[in-house]
Amino acid sequence: MSYVIAFVTGGLICAAAQLVLEYTNLTPAHVLVGLTVLGAILGGIGVYEPFLQVAGAGALVPVSGFGSSIAKGMLSEIKRLGWEGLFTGAFEITGLGLAAAVVFGSLVAVAAKPRD
Amino acid sequence: MKPQEYQQLVKENQPPRHVWKNVLLAFLVGGAICLVGQAVLEFVSGVERTTDEAAAVTLAIMILIGSILTGLGIYDEIAEQGGAGAAVPITGFSNTITAAAMEFRREGFILGMGAKMFVIAGPVLVYGILSGFVVALIKAVVLGHF
Repeated sequence: MSYVIAFVTGGLICAAAQLVLEYTNLTPAHVLVGLTVLGAILGGIGVYEPFLQVAGAGALVPVSGFGSSIAKGMLSEIKRLGWEGLFTGAFEITGLGLAAAVVFGSLVAVAAKPRD
Repeated sequence: MKPQEYQQLVKENQPPRHVWKNVLLAFLVGGAICLVGQAVLEFVSGVERTTDEAAAVTLAIMILIGSILTGLGIYDEIAEQGGAGAAVPITGFSNTITAAAMEFRREGFILGMGAKMFVIAGPVLVYGILSGFVVALIKAVVLGHF
């Protein structure tokens, strides 16, 4: 059942983003930024967390889940460290993925044959 | 020709758009990627101690998958069909980083690959962090965490 929910919620978020692309002049980069900001705001005010618990990867894997992870990390680090957490928390959950993206992205770019 | 007439002409000669087909494809491709993500999340949840750690590792594994598929040239084909369904999941975020690294490598490792790797992912990070910062700051002040 969790797989069906993840498929449907993740699919709906992507379908909504596609609708925005179809009916506006925004680029995919704009839509990615918008969804991340939306996720960070909803994560910050605590709305995204119940959504994550219901939808699982359907809420986590779209970039809105990445945005909510930024805000969630900040809030938990503020509780632990105080004001410093406002800065370190951005990478508390997302840091692993970001460093992974840099490492794997570089490795792939070096290993892959350049295409024209 | 008046601007309005020109606009009309452009409209008439545009290729027909398959909006609902594209939306359906975005739904299917995005859903399929999240389905894979759910399998990863459930596997990782059995190994990691907290939900935050499980989320972090799941995101990293999806980023690895996106990166490899980009290197093999498969992600471009998925993106061609899936549109936002390929761009919106975190694999698409990873795709923008890897694709930029591959594309700009020919301009050198420092000012090419290094500088331009985050050409699309950068704004996502900047505005994600800024908006999270503002909301977390307000929440922490209101709740008296400082």
